[in-house]
Amino acid sequence: MRLYELALARSGDKGNHANIGVLARSAEAYSWLCHYLTAERVAEYFRYLEPRKVDRYLAPNIWGLNFVLYNVLAGGAARSLRLDSQGKALASALLEMAIEELPP
Amino acid sequence: MAPRTLRVGNGCGFWGDQPDAPVYLVERGDLDFLTLEYLAELTMSILAQQRQRDPQLGYATDFLEVLSRLCPLWQRYTKLRIITNAGGLNPLSCAERAREILGRHGLKKRVAIVRGDDLLPHLDDLLAAGHPLAHMDTGEPLTTVRPRVVSANVYLGAKPIVEALDQGADLVITGRVADASLTVAPAVWTFGWSWQDWDRLAAATIAGHLIECGAQVTGGLFTDWPLVPNLADVGYPIAELESDGAFRILKPRDSGGMVTIDTVREQLLYEVGDPAAYITPDVVADFTSVQLAPLEPDGVEVRHARGKPATETYKVSAAYRDGYFCSGQIVLTGRDAVEKARLCADMIRQRLRRAGAEPAQYYAEFLGAGDTVPGVWPRVSPYEIVLRITAWDSQRALLERFAREIAPLVTSGPPGVTGYATGRPPVREVFAYWPALLDKSAVKTEILYWDT
Repeated sequence: MRLYELALARSGDKGNHANIGVLARSAEAYSWLCHYLTAERVAEYFRYLEPRKVDRYLAPNIWGLNFVLYNVLAGGAARSLRLDSQGKALASALLEMAIEELPP
Repeated sequence: MAPRTLRVGNGCGFWGDQPDAPVYLVERGDLDFLTLEYLAELTMSILAQQRQRDPQLGYATDFLEVLSRLCPLWQRYTKLRIITNAGGLNPLSCAERAREILGRHGLKKRVAIVRGDDLLPHLDDLLAAGHPLAHMDTGEPLTTVRPRVVSANVYLGAKPIVEALDQGADLVITGRVADASLTVAPAVWTFGWSWQDWDRLAAATIAGHLIECGAQVTGGLFTDWPLVPNLADVGYPIAELESDGAFRILKPRDSGGMVTIDTVREQLLYEVGDPAAYITPDVVADFTSVQLAPLEPDGVEVRHARGKPATETYKVSAAYRDGYFCSGQIVLTGRDAVEKARLCADMIRQRLRRAGAEPAQYYAEFLGAGDTVPGVWPRVSPYEIVLRITAWDSQRALLERFAREIAPLVTSGPPGVTGYATGRPPVREVFAYWPALLDKSAVKTEILYWDT
C-alpha cells in the first residue's frame, strides 16, 4: 500500500528548508500514520537529499502531520542547482512511500 | 455599528499569477477588499537589480496592468478597496504610476503607501547600533556578507495598513508585509478589533494564510486532482469574516475549482513550520485550534481560532550576491537514452576541465528517469530523457564558457540528440537568501497619501 491511499499531501519551501503537510484521509489512517510515519522514516526516505534533520508536528484537528526537512533544497530557490529548488515535488514523492497495511 | 461580515478576495498569489484572475474575482466576488500578493522570498533581490538599472523601477509592474483592467469595474463597484504589496522596493514610484492610471480613468480615489520595511538605507546604522541581523539558521552576523547585500526588508504587519485605511485610503500599496497581514488589516479596520485581541487576530491571520496563494485553496495543487471541476476557470478565494472571528472560505458562484475540507486543510499546512505557532508581526496563530465544517454547495467554515501575543521582533528577509548560475537542457531520444544523456554530461565536464574552465559546482539531472527527487521514484529507462545540466561559480567568465559547451553535442555527441533550439542558456547572477530577526522598536513606518 502507498501513502497516497491513506493521505493527501502538499509541499513547499522556506528558504533552504522544505515542509510537507500530510493529511490523513480518515481518523483511523491518522492514528496509524502518527505511529508509522515518524520523522526518522521520512528522513530515511529522503536520505539522498541529505536532510540535516527532520521535525514532525501534529495537527489532530485536521488529521495533519507536518514534516519540516532542514537543508534539503541545496541552497534554496535562487541558489540550488536542482530543478526542484522549492521542494514542490516532495509531497508527490512522499505519497509513493510504501506503507504497511493498517492494522485491523 | 460595525458591519456583520467582511469579504476579502485574493486575486494574485505571486508575481506571475493568472492575469485575468483579479478581474473575474471583482466581477463575480462582491468584495469589500481585493488583495494582490506579489512578493516571494527572493522577489526583492530581482527588484533591487531593476531599481539599480532604473531608479523609477523596483516594484511589481504587473500590478499596473491589473489596475488598468480593474478601473472600469471600480467605477461600478465603488465600495471596493484594494491592498497590495506590489510596491516592492519602490512603493513611491508604483503609487505615482497607479495615480496616473486612476486619473486617466477619471476615478477619484485616495492612494496611500506604507514605507519603512526597506532597511537598506540605514543598514549600517542598524548594525552599528548593535542589531546583528544574524542568520536565523547559522547565527552568523550580517556583517560577514554586508558588502554583497542587495536588499534587506522587514515583514511589516497589519498596523500601518490599518493606519492608511483610517486616513481614507481606497488603494494601499506596501512594500514587504507578511502575506496574511493583507487580510488582517481590513478585518481589524472593519470590526475595530483591539491589537491585543489575539484570538481574532489569529482568525484573520489563518484566513489570510489560506487565501494568500490564490487558487491553491480552491482546487489548485489538490492531491485528488481528478475530482476538481473546471480548473481552467478556477475561482480565486474569498474569505468572508465575521466580527467574532469566525470565517468562511468561498469562491465566486459559477467559477471552477472547489472549496472543501480537504482543499482547505491541505493549504492550511502549506509552507508552515510548527502549526501551533505560526508567527506573524500581528500574532502567533495556532492552526491546531481551528475547527472546519463544510458549507453547501462550495465552501468551508472555520471557527475557534486561538492566538498568542505577537513577538517583539520582525522577520527580516535579506538577499546578497552569491556568484553566477547557468542551466541548460537538451533532449536524448531512442534506446539507451539515459546512458546517452550521461555521456553528454560527462563530455561537457571533460571539455571544460581540459580548457581549465571547470565550474566550482556542476550538476546533471536526467529528467524522465526519476531525478526530480533523487533516490525516491522507481528507476525507469524511457525512450526520451531531458538532460538538464546546471553550474555555479563565483566567476561569470567560467559560466559563459560553460554555456557554450551544450550546442556542440548536437554534432559531436551520441545519436538521437534533439531539442536544442533555444540557443545558449543565459548566465544569471545568484542572490542568496538571508533570514534574520530585528527588534520591532528599531523600525519606523510611514504613511503617505494622495488624492486623484
